[in-house]
Amino acid sequence: MSKLKISIFIASLFPAIWLTYALFTNQLGANPIEAITRETGLWALRFLWITLLITPLRWLTGWNSIVTLRRMLGLYVFFYATLHMLLYLWLDQFFDINDIIKDIIKRPFITIGFFTFTALIPLAITSNNKMVKRLGGKRWKKLHRLTYFIAIASSVHFYMLVKQDKSEPLFYISLLVLLLGARLYRHYVPKMRAASTT
Amino acid sequence: MLIRKKRLGELPASEITDQQVYLDRRKFLNSSATIAVASLLPLSMANAKTELPEATYLDLKQSPYSIADELTSYQSVTTYNNFYEFGTDKASPAIMATKFPDKSKPWRVTIEGECDKPGEYDYDDLIRPFTLEERIYRFRCVEGWSMVIPWVGFPLADLIKRAQPNSRAKFVEFMTLYDPKQMPGQRRQVLNWPYTEGLRIDEAMNPLTLLSVGLYGSELLGQNGAPIRLVVPWKYGFKSIKSIVNIRFVEEMPNSAWMKAGPREYGFYSNVNPNVDHPRWSQSKERRLGEFLKRKTEIFNGYEEQVADLYTGMDLTKNF
Repeated sequence: MSKLKISIFIASLFPAIWLTYALFTNQLGANPIEAITRETGLWALRFLWITLLITPLRWLTGWNSIVTLRRMLGLYVFFYATLHMLLYLWLDQFFDINDIIKDIIKRPFITIGFFTFTALIPLAITSNNKMVKRLGGKRWKKLHRLTYFIAIASSVHFYMLVKQDKSEPLFYISLLVLLLGARLYRHYVPKMRAASTT
Repeated sequence: MLIRKKRLGELPASEITDQQVYLDRRKFLNSSATIAVASLLPLSMANAKTELPEATYLDLKQSPYSIADELTSYQSVTTYNNFYEFGTDKASPAIMATKFPDKSKPWRVTIEGECDKPGEYDYDDLIRPFTLEERIYRFRCVEGWSMVIPWVGFPLADLIKRAQPNSRAKFVEFMTLYDPKQMPGQRRQVLNWPYTEGLRIDEAMNPLTLLSVGLYGSELLGQNGAPIRLVVPWKYGFKSIKSIVNIRFVEEMPNSAWMKAGPREYGFYSNVNPNVDHPRWSQSKERRLGEFLKRKTEIFNGYEEQVADLYTGMDLTKNF
């Protein structure tokens, strides 16, 4: 493992370590449970955006080896999303199955959040080399395109849960528009050019 | 000669950015940046520390309406606030409102509308006639958290009796100060400024309804709605309008700031009710700050005995 990879591995743990430390030293404000639930969700989202940044960064810089970091960063998305989900199931619903089912059915933003998390599971399971081989590169790639759906769904989840001031979710949504827009541009513009010259 | 006709759809002068606001644009950018940076800082750095000052209101009358629940800490009451005039996250009012209200300016409150004794008062003159008391009330936010707060204040009914509303006074409308220089959050159109709220006249006259000037035995801090605010303990917190400058008796039901922002989500009554959910989340439980487990939300926030008869025969699901 490269030094870069190790340092990013450690740095990515930092939000979790910091949140735990802040929780036990009473630094999360008057409503620490709400704060820690929100923060883990936000970090899952941030890591997802970072994984989506890898490809455009390769195009821009030609620094192709950073793609080896993507799997690890993707697993951090799953790590923070799992914490976020567990905090909801435990501290919001106290594992009351009836309440949880009712909440998932009745509240669109919970419904979306729940399915977004569910969609992350197959990606996490198929993240090792063995699974890539077993599925075959093409199918694996297809499956992992789910990431785009997950990114859009988590934006909607974030946007819907905010009470009134939508500026924070809109900030992340605009970044996502750039990240996905770069892909569309890369994919379609050369084709259109080719079509217009022939 | 050039005759300038007003074209259809042309903005009236009042809609154009105030020159002073324009001249203060750098200050505005600064304070917007402060809010933005504060929201990105690690939470510990963004949370203000407050210490319980020595009591300024002594020998307060105790009230039979006070409850015996354990109080929410002063630190929590003064650093976890929804006061969008000072930013939309709960930590920012405590940071942004430290100099509010500007002590060099008199705080004026206007009482007007359908009443025989309207008037404009300086804050001190306004509250002088009334006997202050302590009221320990539950406070339930529409977002699903709650506190127990020892307010200092006097019944709104006392003030209303002095104003002598006439027979057309069916509702009371309240208004918060509009001053983007002092309230930087008002420079963004998050809500329709100024913040307004309303009560039916019988709700306003209910002995539980309080005009508060302090908490924990001392004056209100900016983030809690200094110098004077409403407290309606059986309704969601946003009904308890802060930093009041105008009280008006009206015949028609007023539209509140939150009704304008989301008519499907926020109604005029906004009584605490575990059986009527917010369209986006459940209201059946609440997290009382400082407690680990959530508790069940009570109808009318536990004040059913005092207020239920205000709503007999009303469909509380429709009149949410």
